[in-house]
Amino acid sequence: MKDKLKSLWRFFFGDSARAFGSASLILLALLAISPAKDHFSQWRHYQKQYLHLIRGRADAVTLERHFQGGIQQIWIPEQQVTDRCTTCHLGLKEASLNDVSAVAFRKHPVIPHSLTEFGCTTCHRGQGAATTVEEAHSATEQWEQPLLRAKYIESGCGQCHLEKQTATPFLNQGRQLISTSGCTNCHTIKQADGTYIVPEDDPPSLKHVADKTTREWVYAWIKDPQAYASTATMPNYHLSDDDARDISAFIIAQSAPLEPPLQPVKADAKAPADPAAGTSLYGQSFCASCHAMQNAAGMLVGGNVGPELTGIGTKAKPEWLPDWVANPNHYDPATMMPHYRFDAAQVATLAGFLASKTEPDFLANVHLDPATPQQIEHGKRLVLENGCASCHEINGIKKPENFAPELSRIGSKPMSQLLFVEGVERSLPGYVSAKVRNPRAFGSSLKMPQFKLTPQQVDAITTALLALTDRAQTQPPAMRIASVQQTKYEPAGHAGQLMKDLRCFTCHMINGHGGDMAPDLTWEGTAVQRDWLTQFLKNPETLRPALIRRMPKFNLTEAEINSLADYMMTVYQTPQFDRDWLPVSEFTPATAEQGRQLFYSKFACQSCHIADFAKDKGYIGPALAGTGKRFNAAWVYHWLKDPQALRPGTIEPNQHMTDDEARALTAFLMSLKSTGSKEVAKK
Amino acid sequence: MKRALIAYCGITLLLTSGCSRKSKQPPQLQATAKGAAIVESSGGKQIGYIGLPLDQPVVVQVNDASGAAVAGAAVYFSGAPGVSFEPPAALTDSSGQVTSAVSLGQQAGRYKISASTRDASGKNVEIAIEEAALGYQQTLGAQLNAQYCIRCHDPESSPLRVSNMDNLSVKPHPFTEGETLNKMTDADLIALISHGGPALNKSAEMPPWGYTLSKSDIAALVAYIRAVADPPYEAGGLVYAQK
Ligand code: HEC
Repeated sequence: MKDKLKSLWRFFFGDSARAFGSASLILLALLAISPAKDHFSQWRHYQKQYLHLIRGRADAVTLERHFQGGIQQIWIPEQQVTDRCTTCHLGLKEASLNDVSAVAFRKHPVIPHSLTEFGCTTCHRGQGAATTVEEAHSATEQWEQPLLRAKYIESGCGQCHLEKQTATPFLNQGRQLISTSGCTNCHTIKQADGTYIVPEDDPPSLKHVADKTTREWVYAWIKDPQAYASTATMPNYHLSDDDARDISAFIIAQSAPLEPPLQPVKADAKAPADPAAGTSLYGQSFCASCHAMQNAAGMLVGGNVGPELTGIGTKAKPEWLPDWVANPNHYDPATMMPHYRFDAAQVATLAGFLASKTEPDFLANVHLDPATPQQIEHGKRLVLENGCASCHEINGIKKPENFAPELSRIGSKPMSQLLFVEGVERSLPGYVSAKVRNPRAFGSSLKMPQFKLTPQQVDAITTALLALTDRAQTQPPAMRIASVQQTKYEPAGHAGQLMKDLRCFTCHMINGHGGDMAPDLTWEGTAVQRDWLTQFLKNPETLRPALIRRMPKFNLTEAEINSLADYMMTVYQTPQFDRDWLPVSEFTPATAEQGRQLFYSKFACQSCHIADFAKDKGYIGPALAGTGKRFNAAWVYHWLKDPQALRPGTIEPNQHMTDDEARALTAFLMSLKSTGSKEVAKK
Repeated sequence: MKRALIAYCGITLLLTSGCSRKSKQPPQLQATAKGAAIVESSGGKQIGYIGLPLDQPVVVQVNDASGAAVAGAAVYFSGAPGVSFEPPAALTDSSGQVTSAVSLGQQAGRYKISASTRDASGKNVEIAIEEAALGYQQTLGAQLNAQYCIRCHDPESSPLRVSNMDNLSVKPHPFTEGETLNKMTDADLIALISHGGPALNKSAEMPPWGYTLSKSDIAALVAYIRAVADPPYEAGGLVYAQK
C-alpha cells in the first residue's frame, strides 16, 4: 500500500519536469472550475429551456431574433435598480407569449409602465442582482426582501402614486382605513411628498363627557366598544375590570360642566304624544344619511359619517339629547353635525325618539361604587400610559407627541428591528399584517389596541403600509404623483358663518375643501338660477330619485336663505365663461324641437335622465324635467360640450357634440319647466 | 433536460406562496362516514383578485347514494400552486357540508379547484369548481365598470346602487354573458364602447365613452369583460388547475 503511494508520487512529482507538468495540470483544472460552473449555471438552463420553448412556436423567428443570451440586466442608477430578472424571465415583453403556462417565460401582464424604465424589484421586491432562483426570490442571509406576494402588489404603485388611482382599489382602501381607523392619531405617517396621512376618525372630545353620559356607560364602552355598536371605530384595549373602573372614574372626574349648563329635564315632562312623529322627523331630516340604526329586522340602515344610534338612549343622558339636537355646537363646537333649526316641539319629538332607542343589556351587569381618590389617580396613570389623549381631548392631559413609532418608512424596516413571535411569518409583510391583525399577540403589555378589521381590510392596510419604503422617500421627486390634500378654504362673512353652522362642508366640497357625499358647489353660482336655489334651500326635494342620501331640510329663515343665495350666486362662479353668456331669448321653438329629437334619438339621454315624468324612466342622472327653472343656459351648454371640464370625474359621458347640437339640446332642456317630481319606485 | 425540469418545477413552487406548501400536505382526517357523491353548494364562479381571498367561501356537500347529506365525511381541497384553502381539509358538518375560504393564485386568469372525498369502496369522488382572478388590468376594468357601466349592464340592485336596466328600451347584457359577448371581437368591443351603440348598428342607449375614458381604460374594460365571461372567452384557454 505504502509502496504503491510512493510510486504514484514518484510518477507525478519524481523529477522537476514531472512536477512542473503535474502542477500545471492541476492549475488548469482549477482554472476550469469557474467557467464550468458558469456553463452549468441555473440561468443557462432557463435560457436553453426558453429557446426550446420558442423554437416550437409559429413566430419562432421573431422570438429568436429578440433573444439575447448571457446575463441580462436592467440598470437604473437613480432608482437603485439593478435587476437581472430578465436573464431567466425572457418572454416578459413578448406579446405572443401570453398563453405560455410556464410563469417564468410568460409575457408580463399589462401594466402602464415599461419594464426597462422601472425595473422589476421596484414593485416585486426580491434581490435584483441575483442570478439564481433561490437568491432572487427568497430571503437569504444577505438579503431580507423576498418576492412580494401578489396580494400586496399594489404597494409597488403606492411608492410613487400618492394620489387615488382607479386601478389600485386595495391601496386606496388601505390608505382610507389608516385614516378612518385613526392610526395616525398615534403613529406619524409622513408621505414622500411631505404631506401627512391625517386621521379622519373624528374621536369625540371628553371635556364635558359627564354631561353627555354616565360613568357606567363609559366603563362598559371602554371595555368593549363594539358591544355597544358593531360599527364603533374605537379599538378594544382589553382592559381589566379594575382598569376600566379606574379609567372611567378619572374621565368622569375630569369632565367640566358645560357653559351655560344643560337644562334639567322637567319632572313632569311627558313622552311625545305620537311616537310615530319621531320616526318620521328622523326620516325627513335625513339623519340616516350620516347615522346608522338597526331596524326592526336587525339590519343596520344608514351612513357611517356619524356614530351609530341603535343604543343612543342607553348612552346619552336625557337632558343632553334635547340640547344636542337643538344645537350641537353647544356641546362640541368641532362636531361635523349640522345645526338644524328645529323648533322646540321638533326638538322634543326627536330627543324623545332617540331616548327610546335603548340597549338595556349593555349596562345590565355594570355596578360601580363611587370612585375613590386612589382609583382616580390610578385611572389617570392608565390614561397617560394608554395614550387616550392622542385621540380624545381630556381636561388636564396634554396630547402626547409621537406616542407610537413613526411609520413613514415601515415598508423598508430592516428585519433586525422586528421582534417576531410564534405563529408570525418571518417576513416584513408577515410582521406588519400580524401587528395590524392582532397587536397584543406580540405581548400582552403592548399598548396598541385591537382594531376590528376583516382579513381583507388587514391586507389592504398592510398594502398601504408596505408602500412606505425608503425608495419612495429617496427616489427623484419627478417620479412622484402628489396626493390630493384638502385645502384650508373657508367661506367669508355672514354667509360663511352660516355655512359653517350648517356644516355644508361635511358633505359638499367647495374650492378643494369638504366632503364628497354631495355635489361640489365651487361653481354652483354659474350653474343655477337664484330662484331655484332659494326654493331648494327652503325645501330640498330630491334631485336624484335613486339616491338614499339627500340634502336635509334645515328650517332656514327667509333672511338666512337670502344671505346664502346671494353669497353663492356671487362667489361660486367659474372663470371659464359668463353665466349670462347664452340668453334663453335666442332660442326658437324650432331649435328646441331639434333638441328634443337629439335628446330622444341620437343621444338617447332618456336612458339616464327624465325629461318628461310621464314617459321617461332613466334614473342614473338627475331628472331634467325642471331644467329651465333650475339651470342657466350657458352652464347647460358647456356641460353638454364637456362635462368633465365642469366637474372632473363626473360619469356623464362626453358625447362629442357639435356646437349646433349642444345649442339645440340646451334650447330643448331650457324649455322644460316642470315643477313636479315623481317618486320613482325603488326596486 | 431533467435537471432543467426539476429547476423549473422549483421556480414555480418558489413563485407561489408559502400557503401552497401548507396545502401540499393536507392533514389526514379520520372520517366517520363515507359518501357517494360530492356537490357544490355555493361559492363557485366567483370573480376575485390575485392572491386575495374570494368574497364568499366555497361550500361543498357530501351526499350518499340516495342524495341525503352525509356528516363526518372527509373532504380535501386542492388547486394549482399558489391557491390556498382555509381549511384545506375538513370533516363534513351535521348538514353534510364543508366550508373553506379560498385564496386564488398569483396569476390573473381562470382557476379550477377541486374538492374530493372517498366513497365506501375507497374510490376518490371529486368535483371541480371554477373561479376567476383579476390582475392589474382586469381590476382597473372592474373599477371602471362599477363606476360607469354596471347600473345599465347589471340587473341586480343594491341599496347603494339601483339598477337602471329596466328603464332601457333595449336590454344590455351583463358582462358575464359569454354566449353573447364572446362572439364579439376585441375590435368590435372597442368600437362599441368608444363610439356607442350606433357604431355597430345598435341602440344609442349605449353611450360612447371614447371622449371620457382613455384608450387604456377601454382596453381594461375589454380585458375585464373577457375575464368574467361565462362560458369562458377562450374555450380551452389557460386554466390554473392542479397538475
Ligand atoms: C345608459 C345605459 C348604459 C351604460 C351606462 C352603458 N351601457 Fe353598454 N349598452 C347599453 C345598451 C342599451 C346596450 C344594448 C345596445 C343594443 O343591443 O342595441 C349596450 C350594449 C353594450 C355592449 C354590447 C353587448 C350588449 O350588452 O349588448 C357592450 C360591450 C357594452 N354595452 C359595454 C359598455 C361599457 C364598457 C360601459 C361602461 C363604460 C357601458 N356599456 C355603459 C347601455 C349602457
